[in-house]
Amino acid sequence: MNKKQKRMLRRILIAIALFFATLILEKTGLIAAVFGPAEVYVAFALYFAAFLIAGYDVLIKAWSNIRRGDPFDEAFLMTVATIGAFATILFPETEPQSAEGCAVMLFYQVGELFQSYAVGKSRKSISEMMDIAPDYANVERDGKLEEVDPEEVAVGSIIVVKPGERIPIDGIVVDGSSQLDTAALTGESIPRHVEAGAEVISGCINMTGRLRVQTTKPFGESTVSRILELVENASEKKAKTENFITRFARVYTPVVTLAAIVLAVVPPVLGMGPWTDWVLRGLTFLVVSCPCALVISVPLSFFGGIGGASRLGILVKGSNYLELLSKVDTVVFDKTGTLTSGTFNVVAVHPEAGIDPDYVLSNAAYAEAFSDHPIAVSIKRAYSGEIDQRHIRDVREESGHGVSAVVDEHVVMVGNDKLMAEHGSSWHECDLTGTVLHVAVDGVYAGHIVIADVVKDDAAQTIRDLHAAGVKKCVMLTGDRRDVAEAVAKKLGLDEVHAQLLPEDKVSAVERLLRLERGDGKLAFVGDGINDAPVLMRADIGIAMGAMGSDAAIEAADVVLMDDKPSNIARAMRVARKTMRIVWQNIVFAIGVKVLILVLAALGIANMWLAVFGDVGVAIIAILNAMRAMRVER
Amino acid sequence: MRKSFKLDEIDCANCALKLEDAIKKVDGVDDAKVNFMTQKLTLTAPDDRFADVLDKVVALVADIEPDCEVIR
Repeated sequence: MNKKQKRMLRRILIAIALFFATLILEKTGLIAAVFGPAEVYVAFALYFAAFLIAGYDVLIKAWSNIRRGDPFDEAFLMTVATIGAFATILFPETEPQSAEGCAVMLFYQVGELFQSYAVGKSRKSISEMMDIAPDYANVERDGKLEEVDPEEVAVGSIIVVKPGERIPIDGIVVDGSSQLDTAALTGESIPRHVEAGAEVISGCINMTGRLRVQTTKPFGESTVSRILELVENASEKKAKTENFITRFARVYTPVVTLAAIVLAVVPPVLGMGPWTDWVLRGLTFLVVSCPCALVISVPLSFFGGIGGASRLGILVKGSNYLELLSKVDTVVFDKTGTLTSGTFNVVAVHPEAGIDPDYVLSNAAYAEAFSDHPIAVSIKRAYSGEIDQRHIRDVREESGHGVSAVVDEHVVMVGNDKLMAEHGSSWHECDLTGTVLHVAVDGVYAGHIVIADVVKDDAAQTIRDLHAAGVKKCVMLTGDRRDVAEAVAKKLGLDEVHAQLLPEDKVSAVERLLRLERGDGKLAFVGDGINDAPVLMRADIGIAMGAMGSDAAIEAADVVLMDDKPSNIARAMRVARKTMRIVWQNIVFAIGVKVLILVLAALGIANMWLAVFGDVGVAIIAILNAMRAMRVER
Repeated sequence: MRKSFKLDEIDCANCALKLEDAIKKVDGVDDAKVNFMTQKLTLTAPDDRFADVLDKVVALVADIEPDCEVIR
């Protein structure tokens, strides 16, 4: 609790003590015994004192609203309802409602305090998650370390990260080795080992050794800044349900207020009973007329859900995406880097008769020298020699087909059968399952290299979990060969597979699947953010995974999984479903109780006590329920 | 110029919405955003009038939400 809340609590406690003391004195007949017929006035004064202690700020606020000509808010409604209840003292023929008037204000303030506390708590858990922002960076200047604002560090500077410190800016380790705690970013508790040459990401905690890091980005574009920006802006993208509540709240308050006036005026004019009785019913209406329970708890649930997800390393960019995610019934996966680890390994080299396997491999490695594609990386890894880049020129990437380059004045072509066919070279099929890279030198076929990708450990479990969670269709898209794709699909239990797709084919495949969506169902696309930004945008929800450090992925996706475990997709869906369940529970509960109390109040059955429960009690229950959204399974 | 300020003690989502609408109407404000959850006010106003506009906004906030304070 902060200072203001503590002050509030003290006021409320004093008021409650005074309220109950008065109540006991009144009910036991002590006041009546001492003051005789003036009893009601003494009780009134005591209740009114408690009322002022608890709620003077509400009265002030209501007055300043009236002065500004914008009276319709809860402070005004509370003031009218409570003052109205106290005013019954002026009508001796009705039972005075002083206790009720005081209690309404007390409950209201307890509710406000609670709400402020709950909001503060959820803010805190978010800011704990956001407490990944480093305050300073150690820069080496003339051999001495200086602490500077990370914003002032130029790209390419050398910074030093001591054990126990957070890495302030993305960069590459120049020397030193250490263990990094990435839990704040990924939810992953196993530390990551880094040494010279490794990329490090801001926000991770350096655990054991001293690292010297060359920065590759300015602070503002580093991972940590981007994540903070993303989470902060998440609550600005409102879900449909939230917009519905906002519209509902705008209509609800004036309608109920109007109904209260009609209820207070019309029946007594028609001679259906005494004025005081109907005015009291009207006041009861006013107490229930605040939509606070909804206006608070729905955004709070969403924010809780987003906050909870972020603790698992799942960044949801807006409440609307959380809502969409809960309706997903088709999940489309990109294969490489998503279901498979994307770390390809050369499993076989098949040269043509009379050709040295090393010749095939070295040519491939040279042609792929400038590519960061996982396949290229695996070939370079398998090639034992040094690559002298001066021997290479005219490198051309042929999207989805392969690459061609001039190496030592020989035209080297590395790619799939389509590339071979296009350039009029012959090729051999391979009987191994995997990605087959054909290599042709000066148009003469030299042989092929077989590369296989490893399926991720939790991929099969993910598909099972998604099916269990009600996802009807799990589809895999890949640029890989059909037999490779089908082998993976079978192993994982996927429902559909589309193979041999070029990047642009993936967009049209997703569009086709989108057309098949029926009713409320939504389609999610899961990719690793490399080359699939258009698909991520096209799907109802784009999920990028393994996004630590990948700007393009963070930019294009709606949901970002910080680590590369597909099981987080099922988790994200569970969080989304739970959040939506809580949201709807709150909506149905709050509106249901309010309507019920309105009906009972109109009939004269519900008294003001029940109305107070209908207002504050419901709000508190709804807030408590909303806070459940923050709790997530690890 | 665009600048963010912390809005201390803004406790209700509805009030945040109202506050945002009111700030947007202040003369000289190009755009304003009140983020309830992060307690942040993002104000966009012309450079030469920024200090002036900010004063008006702070006064307005103090008027509408007496509990809430703009920390500059």
